[in-house]
Amino acid sequence: MHRKKRVLSASALLMITAIISGLTFYVRANSRPVEKEIHITAKKFDFTPDTITLKKGEPVVLVVSSQDRKHGFNLRAFGIRADVDPGKTAQIRFTPDKTGKFTFSCDVFCGEGHEDMTGTIVVTE
Amino acid sequence: MNEIDRRGFIKLAGLGGGIVFASSLGLNTLGSVLDYANGSAAKKVEKEFYFVQLSDTHWGFSGPKVNPDAEGTLKKAVQVVNGLEEQPDFIVFTGDLTHTTDDVQVRKDRMAQFKDIVGQLKVPTVHFMAGEHDASLDRGDAYQQFFGKLNYTFDHKDVHFIVLDNVSDPGAIVGESQLNWLKADLKQQKPDARIVVLTHRPLFDLYPDWDWATRDGSAVIDALMPHKNVTVFYGHIHQEHHQMTGHIAHHSAKSLIFPLPAPGSVPKKLPIPWDATAPYKGLGLRNIEAEVRQARYGITELNLNGG
Repeated sequence: MHRKKRVLSASALLMITAIISGLTFYVRANSRPVEKEIHITAKKFDFTPDTITLKKGEPVVLVVSSQDRKHGFNLRAFGIRADVDPGKTAQIRFTPDKTGKFTFSCDVFCGEGHEDMTGTIVVTE
Repeated sequence: MNEIDRRGFIKLAGLGGGIVFASSLGLNTLGSVLDYANGSAAKKVEKEFYFVQLSDTHWGFSGPKVNPDAEGTLKKAVQVVNGLEEQPDFIVFTGDLTHTTDDVQVRKDRMAQFKDIVGQLKVPTVHFMAGEHDASLDRGDAYQQFFGKLNYTFDHKDVHFIVLDNVSDPGAIVGESQLNWLKADLKQQKPDARIVVLTHRPLFDLYPDWDWATRDGSAVIDALMPHKNVTVFYGHIHQEHHQMTGHIAHHSAKSLIFPLPAPGSVPKKLPIPWDATAPYKGLGLRNIEAEVRQARYGITELNLNGG
């Protein structure tokens, strides 16, 4: 009888261990580093905010939307560009891997002030 | 430009012996622009033909600090061309004929006014192309009503000209369809055909942060590469600039409204202010001469003994 109880206890322990291990694996596999989310609004002829400070190595998602017409978002220093259509959002995920000041600009011609439609991303240590 | 410099330019042009003379409106007078055309330099070479390139006239622009004679500069350029001792075979306008506006009617008014002014040119053949100021906001709709197709070809005395549109897509894209059209056209040309590409934006990445590039320009250059004699003339950057991509020469023209700073030379791209002590400084147009390729003769001397 005691032997039967011991076998059952061992089996239960094994099952619990397996469940915990499985859960740990699932959580680890499905978790991402926490992203900093930054919302940027584009309209003729500026971005708001036009200066964004990020930390090197910290992942970020830029959520860019347009208030008027189609614009573009181009951050050449990090090889990033996206169309920004009215009524939609462009989600741009990246992790800055260098420090400095980097210009982003609209690269879809939007009118007379198009060439002034720029902003700066500052990446610090 | 001395004789040696001129010879250097002959190499750069890559027109199979073609010559590019870059001009200047001069420090004091528009009249000084074409001294090379009327002087001994041009007469020393047996030219086949020449044409004039004008660019970035931005009709409708207003900014007294940048150009207090914005309404007069294009008209003066027309006078300069009309005053040439020898008239060119044709004239090309490489885009930004008008300054952009959101108002469709104002856009059309500007195009009509521009057309009236350049209608005073004596030369009957004028080839137009669009800049982003003309065509990006309506995908070239108004432009086509006034000036015709956005991309086309024409031939002149053994030179094949290809007009490429890299502006009517506001994203500065030539596009797959036009690229296929270009490839099909190039297939009809011999590998050593003399080809001139006319376009508005640079096809190479001159300075993308200032919008001085064509997003798919490298695909265009790849398509042109198999051809030995290709030269590109463009506008957009409001200054003279010369660059090679492989054997292909790219020459940008000055503007006829305001000059812009050298690529990346200042933090922000802003027009260079008008210099009252040197009116029209930095503005200009250019003549482009295509020289007949000189025939080469292989000579073998024979003696009377059959040797």
